[in-house]
Amino acid sequence: MNEIIGYIFIVAGVVFDFFGCLGLVRFPDLYNRLQAATKCVTIGTCGIMFGVFIITGLSPSGIKALLIILFLILTAPTAAHALARGAHKSGVKLWEKSICDKYEEDAD
Amino acid sequence: MKTKIVLFIVAFIVWLGLTWSVELLSLIVGVGVAILVAFLTSDMFTPLRNKTGFVSKVPEFKQPVRYLWFLYYIPVFLWECLKANFDVAYRVGHPDLPINPGIVKVKTQLKTELALTFLANSITLTPGTLSVDVDKEKGYLYVHWINVKDKGVEGATRIVVEKFEKILRRIFE
Repeated sequence: MNEIIGYIFIVAGVVFDFFGCLGLVRFPDLYNRLQAATKCVTIGTCGIMFGVFIITGLSPSGIKALLIILFLILTAPTAAHALARGAHKSGVKLWEKSICDKYEEDAD
Repeated sequence: MKTKIVLFIVAFIVWLGLTWSVELLSLIVGVGVAILVAFLTSDMFTPLRNKTGFVSKVPEFKQPVRYLWFLYYIPVFLWECLKANFDVAYRVGHPDLPINPGIVKVKTQLKTELALTFLANSITLTPGTLSVDVDKEKGYLYVHWINVKDKGVEGATRIVVEKFEKILRRIFE
């Protein structure tokens, strides 16, 4: 039973990871790509890790999987934030069809 | 010194979780690594006075209500996170790529660094939003939004920030 639930989590995680990578290819500019990369890849990888935890239980690899989820949730948004801010400061433009850029207006 | 001891205990617990064994050798190595980590990183956790004389406030950690609100925050956050993923997956999979992006400015009432960190991370992991920068003195966050519904400060604040801010204020401030 545990194995079935674990595999469901792993398959869902792989599907989300796939959408995240597809977003990296399809989205037009850096900021939109970061959106896909942070959200889908974070939850996808967390899903895979949680599936591993359910299958293996309280074993060395299960505990490691849980710790990986914790580190990933803490670090992935921070890295995305640093990338977005650095890109904007060094002059990477938003997609030309973007609605507004309040950050650019307030930069002076 | 107090910071170092707390850091040592936390690092040692993480080590125990990572190795998941109680052999003597691994415990000895763990104590050594934890001491090293505590000494190397304790500066980062002490509230330092910066150039403007601002001391980062350390929140009250002894009130149990804060932990209950934190427990309530976890399912709210996970639910938002899941919705965000279906939203982005839908936009990626749609043949016309229905996105409407832009960077908006939102206002926040939170003041402490820890609360702002949690707010920015929560915004990044939830529907279509990604925090780009924070203006701590004026209390503004700049947020990249994949589907801008409201360009104004108030409207964007209501949609993006409010649901987390209510809870985070009770946890950290």
